[in-house]
Amino acid sequence: MLEVKAVVSKQSRTEMEELDPRVRVNNFAEVAQGYTPEQAVKEAKRCLQCADPKCMEGCPVQIDIPDFIELIAEEKFDAAAEKIKEKNNLPAICGRVCPQEDQCELKCVLESTGEPIAIGRLERFAANYGEDEVTKPVQDKGKVAVVGAGPAGLTAAADLAKMGYKVTVFESFHEAGGVLKYGIPEFRLPKEVVQEEIDQIKKLGVEIQLNKVVGKIKSVDELMEQEGYQAVFVGTGAGLPKFLGLEGENLNGVYSANEFLTRVNLMKAYKFPEYKTPVYVGNKVAVIGGGNVAMDAARTALRLGAEESMIVYRRSREQMPAREEEIEHAEEEGIQFQLLRNPTKILGNEDGFVTGLECIKMELGEPDDSGRRRPIAIEGSEFEMDADMVIMAIGQNPNPILLDDSPEIETTDWGTIKTDEVGQTTKEGVFAGGDIVTGAATVIEAMGAGKDAAEAIDEYIQSKDDN
Amino acid sequence: MYEIVEKNKLAPEIFHFEVKAPEIAAKAQAGHFLILRAVEKAERIPLTIADYDREQGTIDIVVQEVGYSSQQICDFEEGEAFLDVVAPLGNPIETEDYDRVICVAGGLGAAPLYPKVKSLVDHGAEVTTILGAQRAEKLIWEDRFADLSEDLYIATDDGSRGTEGFVTNVLEELLSEDNDYDAVIAIGPMIMMQAVSDLTAEYDLKTIVSLNTLMVDGTGMCGGCRVTVGEETKFACVDGPAFDGHEVDFEEQRRRKKFYEEHEEEIEEHHVGGEGCRVQAK
Repeated sequence: MLEVKAVVSKQSRTEMEELDPRVRVNNFAEVAQGYTPEQAVKEAKRCLQCADPKCMEGCPVQIDIPDFIELIAEEKFDAAAEKIKEKNNLPAICGRVCPQEDQCELKCVLESTGEPIAIGRLERFAANYGEDEVTKPVQDKGKVAVVGAGPAGLTAAADLAKMGYKVTVFESFHEAGGVLKYGIPEFRLPKEVVQEEIDQIKKLGVEIQLNKVVGKIKSVDELMEQEGYQAVFVGTGAGLPKFLGLEGENLNGVYSANEFLTRVNLMKAYKFPEYKTPVYVGNKVAVIGGGNVAMDAARTALRLGAEESMIVYRRSREQMPAREEEIEHAEEEGIQFQLLRNPTKILGNEDGFVTGLECIKMELGEPDDSGRRRPIAIEGSEFEMDADMVIMAIGQNPNPILLDDSPEIETTDWGTIKTDEVGQTTKEGVFAGGDIVTGAATVIEAMGAGKDAAEAIDEYIQSKDDN
Repeated sequence: MYEIVEKNKLAPEIFHFEVKAPEIAAKAQAGHFLILRAVEKAERIPLTIADYDREQGTIDIVVQEVGYSSQQICDFEEGEAFLDVVAPLGNPIETEDYDRVICVAGGLGAAPLYPKVKSLVDHGAEVTTILGAQRAEKLIWEDRFADLSEDLYIATDDGSRGTEGFVTNVLEELLSEDNDYDAVIAIGPMIMMQAVSDLTAEYDLKTIVSLNTLMVDGTGMCGGCRVTVGEETKFACVDGPAFDGHEVDFEEQRRRKKFYEEHEEEIEEHHVGGEGCRVQAK
């Protein structure tokens, strides 16, 4: 057996085609092209089909990874897709945006060789297949309301519908999808792919009511007491952008990454003036932050015609929270990295538009609570750089609208919702998950929380029915 | 879809729509706003809920044609429907603890001011109203304000009706005679709200203004509606839209309003260009 392993691991990971960086910076087409059937089968055959598969331990939604990979190896693509969908309602999305290198692929036994199985790429491939027709489950177990149609809410809704609940999702935007629609750009996650997976969830009998801000048009109490929902899942996301409180932050040309990306992605400002929502784009764009959102913003600015687009990050490259793949894509496209730099002031002209950025140089000190070395400002090292647009991508605070309206749902000092391990909040019958509980995190973690909460909601309603 | 049950022209380029939206009407209060996306490719436009009728299940908006998007809304007719309406958004305005209030509107500001006056009067306050407009024909809802107000004053820039001059001329005259008011509520162009706030500061008279800022989602998510109030940055959508007029940085707001001036020109050109092509084809 060991011999076999050695032989197989010599075969390297099957590469996936990507659009040429010089071409793709001029459009919003998807960068990663996905596997062909031949590539997928070749990659699937590398899988060792471990008796005790570690990869599954790394998956927040517990997909049966070896089984679906084996089905791909056997060219049973539809069956592979169905296998994934047993656990994951959004495979085409996860295959694209999950940080597999920190999850399933990190646990793969071949990881030590530097060539783990490309589980994410295989998941994405399989998601192209499977049954279009979904049988709507019998829904007679009760009514559940879900607040927010992002990754957490959609996952909870789909799982509850499959269990036999009648689920209604309330979404404040005019489209479902949450961050999948407004945040992650088209070139990383085509909106058509997102909509197709949402449509599949609707086929399960999930009703999505758009333009409904719970906490404004309805309260959580009204949902439970007047409209007969036996439980409510709150997945409202992070949704309140952080700013640094710098002088000049309200100048024209300063955006939160949320606003910039929402204008471009959800409102399709990249098709302006056909679509009427405008977006301002500078010639020299500075994006503050080092996460995936910062990379998305910097790469989007370049595609909208910025001459230069740079990341300004207060730590070094190693500490960037963005996925390695995203950093590499940004580098390939010519994004500049101003590392160990922290903005101290945004400079503007008399018309109120941004003209530059004052930064201070940083050095790394002792590790902080996150385990990363703490950045320390080097006194007197302030300097100015030209920039006519600044995008703040430094994270988000939880959105307070629903919580202000439901004081019984207790929050932490950070404004996130307090829950137990399965998502139960301090208000009976109300569960929560995703960024509103954890603070800004990943799509798949939110989905995992939605999945756990769906089970807990089922248990809660059944235990009440028994009494 | 949100059906238009009634449309009226209030003044040149100014239209009033009554829109079927029972759930919103049930929750609307004075000071709330909505966000409207007329068609799929349209912008999301914030508009104050100018009135509502819970029994009929309708809400009212007043729109002035100032650019492409507002004109697109104004082209809608009775029986047609807007694609998306999200509401109620923002915080309702406090109207319960007042005895005597001066309410001031500049131009289109009369529409968002109306529900506040109505609510103040419902709660027993005595309201003096000052309506301002460029010229007589641009005044809106004069009769509605006349019904509710203890006294109603009119000011027009060209003197075609009421006092010739600005609303602040009338306000100054009123305050110099008697400044025993609890508050002033002023809604209109930034420059008008700024002038009113500067004036009332001299009388140390509480002044509330309502800001119509740039916005995308209206729920705190984008931060595009940032406004400096005192020393702090606030979001007009979740912290406002009403603020203490003596604390608002109006200069900043006026600059922010010009953020997309070039884009507005581009939209106009895009559409004029289209027509040009058709002419050429002939």
